[in-house]
Amino acid sequence: MATETHDAAGHVADAAPGMPQLDFSTWANQIFWLVVTLVVIYLVLSRVALPRIAAVLAERQGTITNDIAAAEDLKQKAVEAEEAYNQALADARNEANNIIAATKTDIQKDLDVALAKADAEIAAKTAEGEKAIAAIREGALESVKAVAKDTAKELVTAMGGKADAKTITAAVTARMKG
Amino acid sequence: MEGDLAHIGAGLAAIGSGAAAIGVGNVAGNFLAGALRNPSAAASQTATLFIGIAFAEALGIFSFLVALLLMFAV
Amino acid sequence: MATETHGAEGNSLVFHPMDQFIVKPLFGGEGMGMFTITNATFWMILAIVGVIALMVLGTSRRATIPGRAQSVAELAYGFVYKMVEDVAGKDAVGFFPYIMTLFMFIVFSNFLGLLPMSFTPTSHFAVTVVLAMLVFLTVTIVGFVKNGSKFLGLFWVSSAPLALRPVLAIIEVISYFVRPVSHSIRLAGNVMAGHAVIKVFAGFAAIAVISPVSVLAITAMYGLEVLVSFIQAYVFTILTCVYLKDALHPSH
Repeated sequence: MATETHDAAGHVADAAPGMPQLDFSTWANQIFWLVVTLVVIYLVLSRVALPRIAAVLAERQGTITNDIAAAEDLKQKAVEAEEAYNQALADARNEANNIIAATKTDIQKDLDVALAKADAEIAAKTAEGEKAIAAIREGALESVKAVAKDTAKELVTAMGGKADAKTITAAVTARMKG
Repeated sequence: MEGDLAHIGAGLAAIGSGAAAIGVGNVAGNFLAGALRNPSAAASQTATLFIGIAFAEALGIFSFLVALLLMFAV
Repeated sequence: MATETHGAEGNSLVFHPMDQFIVKPLFGGEGMGMFTITNATFWMILAIVGVIALMVLGTSRRATIPGRAQSVAELAYGFVYKMVEDVAGKDAVGFFPYIMTLFMFIVFSNFLGLLPMSFTPTSHFAVTVVLAMLVFLTVTIVGFVKNGSKFLGLFWVSSAPLALRPVLAIIEVISYFVRPVSHSIRLAGNVMAGHAVIKVFAGFAAIAVISPVSVLAITAMYGLEVLVSFIQAYVFTILTCVYLKDALHPSH
């Protein structure tokens, strides 16, 4: 009813300023076009858009799952590599320890040999020295005996006794031993 | 004169919009109070919140509609 | 639109907040038959174009790493799909394209209706009543087909005391038949109210003194309307899911 006066001069709703919503003459038209709209949107969505989006989402889910699996794989590999590295490190350390030990033993052996040699030399020298000392001591003892015998004979003579060489020697020897 | 009475009626009907506003505020406020006490359960109940607000607001819209009818259609 | 001329020739401010909802033939012409192309038709077709642009053209690359349009399309898909699954149950997934259609149509006509000088199909009871009746009939038919006479158990609250049950049954039946009414009026009323309020503020803008306030008010209302446009589409969809759940699992 409002549309009849529409072309006049923009005075659209002058005649009956009612609610356009309750103008039932437009309902058939609106409902028809609404049904058309809904059917078109329904067909577009259910035939094209929704399956496509569902496929894209599923594909993305698959990709993500694959990527996660690949990442898991790589992580496994990394762990293995680390283990290998650690193994190599431990091996190298063992080797080094072995070498150190061997070297130490060698050095020890050499040292022992040298020490033994030096000990032997030292012992030899010591023995020589002792022999010399013994010889010197022997000599000294002999000299002391001779001096003592002489001194004793002289003393006995000076005291007016008769110097018996045999007795004096025995006495001196006894004294020196005691 | 008839139109004047209708306008008074429309104004009275518009009070209902304010009442609906109180109702919506009540719903939202109580939801917020509950959500602050138990924030972990709040997210799952937002749908319920909107349904409650929608029901409360629909009644306000009815009164708005009555006002419009009195203004323009009577 | 016509506020200016009316205000000039009338006694003082005259508002015509409802003029924007007038359905008129788009290409002139006198009468309006069933198949006339009207402005309502035009904006409905624009909603179709919008849906196709977003959901079909936006996803045409089928990219694994989505672009902007595809992200939005996937977001809408996931949003509605999750809603159907969570609220209506897993066996309601077959209704997902139907519910998605309702959601996309309402969202697009609401948002397109926010453009200046546009027309909002969802502000008309003719449109929302059809939408709500479609839901109501679907729910009722599905309820009887899936559950047979057990669907009537929805009205017979078996957990209540026996004496109360007839009373409750009457209340339940009334509330069941009020559903399409509130379902349709909620959507149309919200959209209409927002647009009309914006128009009223626009009428106040003709007075020089308060025009800055009125322009600010229009801006604020517009922001609210953007929110309402989405929330009403969401509410319509989620209520459809709730009703569908009642039809599929009528036990209280």
